[in-house]
Amino acid sequence: MTPAGYFIAVLLLLALVQVYCAVTSIAVSKSGVEAISMVDQVNALLPQTQCGQCGHPGCKPYAQSIVSGGPINKCPPGGAATIADLATLLGVPVQPLDPEHGVESPRNIAWIREDECIGCTKCIQACPVDAILGSAKHMHTVIVSECTGCDLCVEPCPVDCIDMLPARTPLQGWDWPRPDPGLAGPVPVATDRMPGTSV
Amino acid sequence: MNSMQPKTWSMAGGIQLAANKQQSLQGPIRTALLPPQLIVPVTQPDYSQPQLCVQVGERVQKGQPLVCVLSAQGLAAHAPAAGIVTAITTHAVPTASGLPELCVVIDTDAADTSWHKLPPLDYMQSDIDTVIQRVAESGISGLGGAGFPAHQKLRSSLGKVDTLILNAAECEPYLTADEALLRERAMDVLDGCLILLRITGASRCLIGIEDNKPQALAALRSHAGDPRLHIRVIPAKYPSGADRLLIHALTGTAIPASTLPIDCGVLCHNVGTVFAIARAVLHGEPLLSRITTITGAAVQQPANYEALIGTPIRELLLQSAVDTTRLSQLVCGGPMMGTALANADLPVTRTANCIIAATEPELPLPQPAQACIRCGFCAEVCPVQLLPQQLYWFARNREHARALAHNLADCIECGACAHVCPSHIPLVQYYRATKAEIAEANDKQQRAHHWKLRFDAHQQRKAVEKVAEEQRRAERAVLASQKQQSGTAATLSARDAVAAALARVQAKKAAGDKLASGSVASSNVADDNKDSRS
Repeated sequence: MTPAGYFIAVLLLLALVQVYCAVTSIAVSKSGVEAISMVDQVNALLPQTQCGQCGHPGCKPYAQSIVSGGPINKCPPGGAATIADLATLLGVPVQPLDPEHGVESPRNIAWIREDECIGCTKCIQACPVDAILGSAKHMHTVIVSECTGCDLCVEPCPVDCIDMLPARTPLQGWDWPRPDPGLAGPVPVATDRMPGTSV
Repeated sequence: MNSMQPKTWSMAGGIQLAANKQQSLQGPIRTALLPPQLIVPVTQPDYSQPQLCVQVGERVQKGQPLVCVLSAQGLAAHAPAAGIVTAITTHAVPTASGLPELCVVIDTDAADTSWHKLPPLDYMQSDIDTVIQRVAESGISGLGGAGFPAHQKLRSSLGKVDTLILNAAECEPYLTADEALLRERAMDVLDGCLILLRITGASRCLIGIEDNKPQALAALRSHAGDPRLHIRVIPAKYPSGADRLLIHALTGTAIPASTLPIDCGVLCHNVGTVFAIARAVLHGEPLLSRITTITGAAVQQPANYEALIGTPIRELLLQSAVDTTRLSQLVCGGPMMGTALANADLPVTRTANCIIAATEPELPLPQPAQACIRCGFCAEVCPVQLLPQQLYWFARNREHARALAHNLADCIECGACAHVCPSHIPLVQYYRATKAEIAEANDKQQRAHHWKLRFDAHQQRKAVEKVAEEQRRAERAVLASQKQQSGTAATLSARDAVAAALARVQAKKAAGDKLASGSVASSNVADDNKDSRS
């Protein structure tokens, strides 16, 4: 084949590639499938308490910081489960929760001691999910089903009448535990046992 | 009743277990002695705080309500015997969690035997809602095991159900409470079936019973005169009495985990529950007692007792002459799905169908788990045809998505797989824990989604308010500048008017000097000033 022949062959191939790319891009745009941004994917794994314990003003800013390479272990409400999910999504190693940002604890709910409330509306302004009901100089109360337990209303209260109490009673929160690890056995399959280790 | 044995569908898997039922069926049902103290649990199905209608120190009559039921989900409770309420406190009850629940403690009065009953109800003449209301007032929840409030189940089945199933299978070893009830009171149980047929409008009632209960079967046959009652005998094999498996065995319908039997046109009730419904409707008796089997090698006289709810289990064991030296384990329920009890001071509850006082060789303590050898026995016995071994890996490694893809949700937690496992792996415990973890994760996910929507709405509201505030500010600024401008214009025009007036005054003055007196001119000046002001 002549050099001109090679040239034409390459040109033809490039043209085919162009056509294929154009067809694909049109097909994608027509199909209505929208790419979910990485920030949204990370944000979907966060607990959305909007508590700011991670040092960011809400869950989405934390998601943005994670996507731009920040640590994934700053979310106490999400705890170990969220860290594991994030590690799987991003393909990074699992890390223990950074104690600087708090410790993992059972979910709490804010309760206003209503006879002590002076109706200052400061907690209403602090609530990130509009879960507090009330108006100036009238008693406020927390809508339990909407409260994320973020703690943000506690600090602004000038009369300290907000308590953070467990969201569930022990009976409501009880569930079957995992088997006693002593009974579970250290090796799942006999044939998977490494030489030299004991069961 | 059909004389010919009609078709039943056979169960996949399952295991043959030593029945151990004859021990407690030697004699008739005994009436348990009135204990000096009753501990009546008043926990609501959703664990919410019940509204009690008695106070400490109050005298209660037998059958007097203890709980004011406010919601349709609530469950009533009654004083099982007359006496004095001495405490309202949390007390351990025989549940899997072992956590204390709210109980009303009654010091009983043996002299007072009067019974606070409701009037009998003619269920054919009264409307359906009245009958369901009677079931609700009588505080009846499932006596078979799950303990779901019966009235709620009935209400949600209205207009949906074609087949009623009476669960008389009682497949677990040792349990004989339902069998004893059928031997002696089959008539009442079948009356209960007719009541349920009337409430639900179902066209037939299938009675599922295992073939190892000939006396109970004979009793049923002799009383089942109504053509809508069909007795179906199924082979004795554990766990044929699990509701979904029994429904399949009798109707051939396999109900998926995501659906309730009611949505497939089937309502399944346990024998004890149906008996309680019959007593409540026909005799106005609230649920005050249940039949409990006391058995196991550590009791010398195993028997079935009609025990008041709240009777301490210790009292029943003593009446059956328990040998505490041989007692190694106390189990509430059957040996496969029951709960080990911490002590005998716990009260009999609505779901306490059996207490096994077992000796060490009878019910050995669980052995340490060994490694899985991939024998596959578990898959052979699984009655819902799952792959227990695969589920075990997924449960162990917390691979929830894969466990669900292998239909973990369909697991009925019967324990057949763990029973046959030669490595003694506590398989069911893994499945239960994993199910709980999955449910919790789903809850968390839903909460997060909800909060995100709330937060987004909050942010949007703030943004809108900010824009509105800015707009208002801009409008105010414009208004202020306009005002200022118009203000200067007004002062300018006023100044012009004054100047013009002054000019006129001077002109008139000049003219007046020539023509008239000063007084006329001064009055003109006053007029001009007035004009400029207005």
